[in-house]
Amino acid sequence: MTEPAATATGPVLELDNARISYFTRAGEINVIPGISFKLGHGESLGLVGESGCGKSTVAFSIVNYLGGAGRLTGGRILFEGRDTARMPAEELRSIRGGKLAMVYQDPMSSLNPVIPVGRQLMEVPIIHLGASEEEARERAVRMLREVNLPDPESLFGRYPHQLSGGQQQRVVIAMALMAEPSLLVMDEPTTGLDVTVEAAVLDLVRELRRRHNTAIVFISHNLGTVVRVCDRIGVMYAGELVEEGPIGEVFRDPRHPYTRGLLECIPLLGTDKHSTALVPIPGQVPPALYRPKGCVFAPRCGFVDQARCTTERIATTYVAGSQGHRAQCVRSAEIPKWRRPAAAAGAAVGKRDKSDVLTIDRLRKTYRQSASIFAGGGGYDVNAVNDISMTAGRGMTLAIVGESGCGKSTFAKVLTGLEPATAGKVYLEGVDIGGVPVERRDKRMKRMLQMVFQNPDSTLNPSHSVGFAIGRSLRRLKDMGRREARGRSRELMETVKLPADFVDRKPRQLSGGQKQRVAIARALAGDPDLVIADEPVSALDVSVQAAIINLLIELQASRQTTMVFISHDLSVVRYLADFVAVMYLGKIVEYGSADDVFAPPYHPYTEALLSAAPIPDPDMQQKRIVLEGAVPSVTNVPAGCPFSTRCPRKVGTICETTPPPEQLTDTGHRIACHIPLAELRAVEPVITTAAE
Amino acid sequence: MSANAIPRQTARRAVWPGWLAGVQRLGESPVGMVGAGLVLFWCLAAIFAPWLAPYDPNANHFDVGPVAPPSAAYWLGTDDQGRDILSRIIFGSRIVLTIAPLATLCAYVVGCVIGLLAGYYRGWVDTVLMQVCNIILSFPVLILYVIIMVKFGPSAINIIAAVTFVASPQVARLVRSQTLELREREYVAAAKMRGESAWYIMLIEILPNARGPLIVDACLRTGYTAITIGTLGFLGVGLRPPDPDWGGMIRDTYGFLLGGDVHMALAPAFALSSLVVGFSLLADGLREVSMRD
Repeated sequence: MTEPAATATGPVLELDNARISYFTRAGEINVIPGISFKLGHGESLGLVGESGCGKSTVAFSIVNYLGGAGRLTGGRILFEGRDTARMPAEELRSIRGGKLAMVYQDPMSSLNPVIPVGRQLMEVPIIHLGASEEEARERAVRMLREVNLPDPESLFGRYPHQLSGGQQQRVVIAMALMAEPSLLVMDEPTTGLDVTVEAAVLDLVRELRRRHNTAIVFISHNLGTVVRVCDRIGVMYAGELVEEGPIGEVFRDPRHPYTRGLLECIPLLGTDKHSTALVPIPGQVPPALYRPKGCVFAPRCGFVDQARCTTERIATTYVAGSQGHRAQCVRSAEIPKWRRPAAAAGAAVGKRDKSDVLTIDRLRKTYRQSASIFAGGGGYDVNAVNDISMTAGRGMTLAIVGESGCGKSTFAKVLTGLEPATAGKVYLEGVDIGGVPVERRDKRMKRMLQMVFQNPDSTLNPSHSVGFAIGRSLRRLKDMGRREARGRSRELMETVKLPADFVDRKPRQLSGGQKQRVAIARALAGDPDLVIADEPVSALDVSVQAAIINLLIELQASRQTTMVFISHDLSVVRYLADFVAVMYLGKIVEYGSADDVFAPPYHPYTEALLSAAPIPDPDMQQKRIVLEGAVPSVTNVPAGCPFSTRCPRKVGTICETTPPPEQLTDTGHRIACHIPLAELRAVEPVITTAAE
Repeated sequence: MSANAIPRQTARRAVWPGWLAGVQRLGESPVGMVGAGLVLFWCLAAIFAPWLAPYDPNANHFDVGPVAPPSAAYWLGTDDQGRDILSRIIFGSRIVLTIAPLATLCAYVVGCVIGLLAGYYRGWVDTVLMQVCNIILSFPVLILYVIIMVKFGPSAINIIAAVTFVASPQVARLVRSQTLELREREYVAAAKMRGESAWYIMLIEILPNARGPLIVDACLRTGYTAITIGTLGFLGVGLRPPDPDWGGMIRDTYGFLLGGDVHMALAPAFALSSLVVGFSLLADGLREVSMRD
């Protein structure tokens, strides 16, 4: 990796044992006990860690923007050699947004909704560089072009809500770069974006950093995005920077047990449940008030040495012969070289030899959009799910992947009967349930099909205890009495690896992962044949995510439950699924076994998705395919192939006018594309591992 | 991952169980405590009225003459019929504190049903119910009250009916907006998937989670209902005399106000406003505490 550092004198940013506290009614809460790192010109440091580890607090402290409650209570934060905490307010204001810029997660909250974006961009050079109107305008247009936004002139007069999420974030990045900052702090800048858009934004950030020699602090919970943008990585845990160093060194030879834990619990695109085991980190991040003495990670650490780890604060040691690779662990030099854990035997699920539990035949869901009475006419139809067919065998996991707006959640709602299908059939164990809303399904049908939802905070009713939620399902679906249901609830809690006495707890007394376990227990209450899981792990931290994925695999293997797993995360899908359907604008563009879908021949959209997926391994080579534009609205689906507006392999006008044929291979792998199979087969794999 | 690995101290344990925990948390808000104190003061006055009041509220004491100023025997003086004002205020609190909460409760029962139905079913049910509510809401409130009371005659039951008629559309709007939001929660979908009835979902899954804003609103509304009862009394369409009713007491003084005998009006006015302020502060306190989560 090229190091553009050392072009100027001194570091851009230096945190010297910075100690940060929040002051609340309960008194001082020390969230960052002392953090130190340096960042030279043009360098980029990725800060990763699970939620509650203090990443964002560090980001805000750099710009001295901790709000009323937060304060730097020790150490120094130096920006270009000057202490931001002791800077006069006037001076601080002039560097914020100028020499020191920030990009936040939600672009909509960074942009003023009532001012055209061009005007907002122009303000930056006018305020910070004293530019004239014409000068500012010229710079703004140039910057919009630089962040790859099409047609900057027309974009100039538009309001933020008229842009897509990806475009908004590009405008925010453009705004941050307008005054030629020497440091850019980015806090989860791509978290709300779809993978293809995310990849494009990350590549853009990388490119701009090179061109402008801007130093970047990039904060993310996703190790894969950090690999794509940064050359150094800092791993944070419970307010401490536990490991820091060049990305390649840290990933190849992590020296802190927490870093190892993080790497072991993330499914790597290209690995599946048969080849690799996910190892969740036991326990959870301690809240700031209850941090243990000594090493903060000691209670969850597999390498813990009680005598040395739990007595006093751990010093940072540098790895011998490295480029500034350091870890805050007393045993960092002792622990063995890291290896990705292989799967335990027995994780294998049988081949597809049993009967199909679920058969979907030409399913369609249409919403009627009523037109404005001023426009005349009676409105038009929107196909959210458009003519899809597939099957799922007993004990199998069928994954539905796609970006937001592709119709995967609508598909889940149709299966559950929360929304009735418009046309087509859904056979569950031979019974057609497609057009039957949930109120009209009989008890057997309801029992056969249950769902695990996405949001742990809304999946359980905050007014009722955990036992009530599960017991009610047992009483409704299995006709159990109150007493019997109570006993069975306790058993189910143990099935999902929670203590049985958790039945008396209210949801607010549980963590996100625990709530999701309860939700799984509730779904299993009626011994369903089919469980639909709609993004069940996407709101969870990676270590919790691994535990839930393991639980799902284990329960599925022991109960032979069929699962429809809906997700936008290709790594998780690759890991978990036996069969995969890739959805785009309500259509299934590719369907087949996981091994087939994730290897050539690809549908061009699958290929693009794979190339965009963030992979937390710097040794994996990934083809870069940048998709133009955003997913078209479902109200405006092209007549031919739905992907034709963005397809990098478009054949010609046939793609726009004629729906593509479904090409079937002898293994049952189905691709809807005009390009002949032989040609698609010749495509190189997107992901290759570098030779060792 | 074993069960033992999950730390158990994550739960934030309240010292008191159930709804009492709410009372305990109200202690965190000084404003709320002042409000609760005022309301509690009047509640105690109402409960122990026969022991607290020095005289029978309807007895005429002409030993000091009508409209006597405050004295050692009659702390707040007497009114135009020689009745002890202090005793009448103490007994008057019984009436306000019975009718106002009862009327609010009735308005809530009706309002919750309408709001839940409109918000849960949406579509034409929502349109019809909300249009009816809007029609009621579009009348000037006071005129509506007077029309109802004049038509059906002054009595406690009719006051409750009138308040229910006028206030339930307002409650319905609040409940409807809460329902519209809560019906989209995943636990509601889960309830549908196990085959719960619509009424079960509305009353057991949705309504309990709307309680926060509803309790705050109910507190405020009880205070306003106290004012309404006072206003109706002042207009002479409230309760039948001679029972002590704060609004009626103020009206009785009307002819004497110009003569400078303000004590007759001041005492009941002060009693009424302290109760209303008490309910408002209590509502503020509850809101403050509930926002802290």
